[in-house]
Amino acid sequence: MASNPEPPARSTLRTAIVLAAAAVTAFGLVAIVHEATRDRIAATARARELARFDQVLGGLPHDNDLLADTVTLRDPELLGTAESITAYRARLHGEPVAVVLEPVAPDGYSGAIHLLIAVAADGTVLGVSTVSHHETPGLGDFIDTSKSDWMQRFNGKSLGNPATARWRVRKDSGDFDQYTGATITSRAVVGTVGRTLEFFARHRDQLLGDALLAAPATIQP
Amino acid sequence: MTPAAILRAGFRDQNPGLVQLLGLCPLLAVSTSLGSGLGLGLATLAVLIASNGLVSLVGRSLPAEIRIAVFVLLIAALVTAVELMLSAWLPGLHAALGIFLPLIVTNCLVLARAEAFASRQPVGNALLDGFAMGGGFLVVLVVLGSVREMLGRGSLGGDLHALLGTGGPTSGLHLFGEQHGFLLALLPPGAFILLGLGLAWRQARQAAAAAAASGAALTGDVPGETAS
Repeated sequence: MASNPEPPARSTLRTAIVLAAAAVTAFGLVAIVHEATRDRIAATARARELARFDQVLGGLPHDNDLLADTVTLRDPELLGTAESITAYRARLHGEPVAVVLEPVAPDGYSGAIHLLIAVAADGTVLGVSTVSHHETPGLGDFIDTSKSDWMQRFNGKSLGNPATARWRVRKDSGDFDQYTGATITSRAVVGTVGRTLEFFARHRDQLLGDALLAAPATIQP
Repeated sequence: MTPAAILRAGFRDQNPGLVQLLGLCPLLAVSTSLGSGLGLGLATLAVLIASNGLVSLVGRSLPAEIRIAVFVLLIAALVTAVELMLSAWLPGLHAALGIFLPLIVTNCLVLARAEAFASRQPVGNALLDGFAMGGGFLVVLVVLGSVREMLGRGSLGGDLHALLGTGGPTSGLHLFGEQHGFLLALLPPGAFILLGLGLAWRQARQAAAAAAASGAALTGDVPGETAS
């Protein structure tokens, strides 16, 4: 460009115009693809959410749209995160039969473990699965329901079965076997499931809510 | 450049994974299984072909000051488009690749090919170079992913059904139970070690080829040539 015959001002303007044209082209491309894929992405995300719920609900019959029947709640102590968490209610003929919660185990071996827990209206665990985790592959990833059935040990348990104080791994004199070589991960998961049941017991009425309640409710303990 | 030379460069002589060592971060991070390696390889391949083609069309008319900026803009738009399409049609793969999908923007391979090759070549050559370089990267990803999956999980292609939506949950090859797997192969050190072995294999082959060439030269009585 050393031998550019154009005056500097014109060349700067030309450069700016070319850059602007490139930006518009790039933006247009993204906009078109976004428009073409938006509905499909939303539908896929919805189907994936519902499939996750079905997995933890363990085939419990329900006839409502879980994604449209939610409560927002916040309890940093029992749910493990300062963020608000959404609880999804499953109903059958209008009666609440279960709640799906997404608590966080903040004390995993490599950071937070995000869980999905379905609790039946009577306070028993229907199913637990892991949404995301960073535990060591091969050691701590037994909490991944596609890799091991370890998470199924919580099914059917509740706060009285075993007693609240025994919602710990065996190493901490609790009732749950830790996974060999991954005590920290096991401890984090067992503790979080126990605390979630405690949260459910404390806020059972708000969580199950009024059957006629239409608008999403918010609990701020 | 002839088409054959471009293909040879991408798949062998200038292979991004084994010779140029470009894009190692996604290469090492994602190659934990055949499925995810294949997925990232195909996504990179698609971006590389499209970006090479676009860059070759506009590259020569761009003022030097903003050339790189325009390239980055185009590459970012292409990657976003690929990401949106994967999220719509292959959500499993989209979830498995995670952050490494948008990070294709920063894969030096894509920008390097745009700047060093596509911007100075006709469209046909640029597209072919995108295919060759992307293909070379894909091959390394797939081989590394297959080896790591076989050593670490005792299976081959075991997660293909979840990622690409083909076959059943029992598809793929199962050699032994996952609990007997060699954990190191799945962890970052295993990726480095296996890639290092790949590099060593490539160097050894190159050295052997060079020795054969100099041996041929010696028998041909070229003056001043010594085998070293």
